Amino acid sequence: MADLTKLELYEHVGADQAEAEHISRPQLSYAKDVARRFFSNKVAMFSVVVLAILVIMAIVGPMVCQYNYQSTDVGAVSQKLAEGGREALGPDSEHWFGIDTLGRDLWARVWVGTRYSLIIGFVAAVVQAIIGILVGCVSGYFGGMVDVIIMRAVDILDSIPYLIYVIIIMMIFGSGLFPIMAALTLTGWLSMARMVRSQILTLKNEDYVLAARNLDTKPIRIMLKHLIPNCMGIIIVSLSMAIPNAIFSEAYLSFLGIGLSAPLTSLGQLISTGIQEMQNYPYQLIIPSIVISLLMLSLQLIGDGLRDAVDPKLRK
Amino acid sequence: MAKYIVKRLIISVLTILVLCTVVFFAIKFIPGDPFSGPEYTEQMRQQLHELYGYDKPVWQQYLSYMGNLLHGDLGISVYYRGRAVVDIIAGAFPQSLDLGLRALITATVVGIGLGILAALNRKKPLDYISIIIAIIGISIPSFVVASLLQYVLAIVFPIFPVARYTSFAHTILPTIALALPTIARFSRFMRTSMLEVIDSDFVKTARSKGLKKRQIIFSHEVRNSLLPLLSILGPTTASLLMGSFVVESIFAIPGLGNYFVESINTQDYSLIMGLTIFYGVFLVTINFVIDILYGVVDPRIRLGGNKNG
Repeated sequence: MADLTKLELYEHVGADQAEAEHISRPQLSYAKDVARRFFSNKVAMFSVVVLAILVIMAIVGPMVCQYNYQSTDVGAVSQKLAEGGREALGPDSEHWFGIDTLGRDLWARVWVGTRYSLIIGFVAAVVQAIIGILVGCVSGYFGGMVDVIIMRAVDILDSIPYLIYVIIIMMIFGSGLFPIMAALTLTGWLSMARMVRSQILTLKNEDYVLAARNLDTKPIRIMLKHLIPNCMGIIIVSLSMAIPNAIFSEAYLSFLGIGLSAPLTSLGQLISTGIQEMQNYPYQLIIPSIVISLLMLSLQLIGDGLRDAVDPKLRK
Repeated sequence: MAKYIVKRLIISVLTILVLCTVVFFAIKFIPGDPFSGPEYTEQMRQQLHELYGYDKPVWQQYLSYMGNLLHGDLGISVYYRGRAVVDIIAGAFPQSLDLGLRALITATVVGIGLGILAALNRKKPLDYISIIIAIIGISIPSFVVASLLQYVLAIVFPIFPVARYTSFAHTILPTIALALPTIARFSRFMRTSMLEVIDSDFVKTARSKGLKKRQIIFSHEVRNSLLPLLSILGPTTASLLMGSFVVESIFAIPGLGNYFVESINTQDYSLIMGLTIFYGVFLVTINFVIDILYGVVDPRIRLGGNKNG
């Protein structure tokens, strides 16, 4: 081994000021960082692809097939039954997913059902997020009596299972697209409000909020410019969890017979019909079940991926 | 402690009061008259309205309903003419409770076990298997699981009876269907909570003291990871109840859930109202008990006051 104490082995390089200040890697904003973590998550990306296929099928599926999702053809059913027995109703080259006992094309019905399930899920989740953010913000920012009253009300509303409310609301307003979204929205904002509030409670003591307040900024501006953008992470995560929940609840209500009513259809409704026909026509149960399971799985995994991306500390 | 219990008690009673009021007025708002069919003559209609008290002003009906509620009287069913709602509930609740308890016990044992195994074998095949089970359990709706189980294991391969609830063999499929989402929830939660404990300092201390592995796992890790599980017991009970609606109706189990679905379809207002209030009171009571238990085992909760308020 060479003698490392010899001075001629070393060379003085000095400090280059410009070099030291140079940022060698690209700068990442918080959003870019989250996106990078999310895109490198293989499971989540695979789920995005599955979800994208389902969304495209929900839009395009009913169009590429020559049958309407609601027109019945009882004559064809009895003819097929007479010719080929029960199997004749099942999937074939003409009806890709088969037809139901009223002669409606199941391919069209499944994708129209997916479409309505998606619409209900997204709209209900977004609206309940907006209400939740508003209430959570007001409650967390103003504190005091306002906070106590709002949070007690949330506590009380929350301790009753929300499906009981939804069932009652659906019974009053009848079944349809609008009542079901209203019912899911009315009860779904509670957890969002709670989460936003607890986040605001920690954020409102930050120095930049204090600075804004000292500059006499209006509360509404502080909320919009400082508080909500800093809650965006948890908001997106819980939004991504709220969508499958809403789809789930709608399917559940349709199963109980108070979701969407004919001629509209949803995955839950198709499954509940499928269960009644399961002994004779199992495909009527299996096909919509697979679609809803894929939908729920991909949404759930995307939600998990987002949560890990927004807060890597939660990942275990 | 006494202050904490009183505070919780007031909130619970208030919740029950709000619940009953909301349910009562909501159901009064439902348009339509259960006695408007062609089979009723005008005179019958009037007599039935008198019998059910529908001829009085709504606030009077409300007061008398709440008064009767205090005596444990929920009125008479509209569909099952002449049967008291309380009797229907008393007749059907045991089956639901039986199924619910079976599912809860199964879910606790399997879910917690799976969670512990997953945490101990972190990033190994067993961990991935438990994650997959958890994700499937959470994302596939219970009515899909229930009907597929029924189709595959009772109709295609007749291993189990298709429906009803009379022997042990009858209970297996409904219990699995009902327990699966809870197994998923428990195993996920247990895994996270266990991983947190495994990384904590007192476990390191135990390990460096040279304690046996088994001793560390059971008396340090598992014990301390079980505590947070109490906090999801309330929502779990609620989701078991909701799941029981569909599971009971798929397997034709004569329990409360089946009556609930049926009362919606037959527009039996007094039964819906009675069942909703019963469920609500049941859940609020369970949440109250869990809150108290939580306060007993974790003094931070009651001494620190309510973390939300």
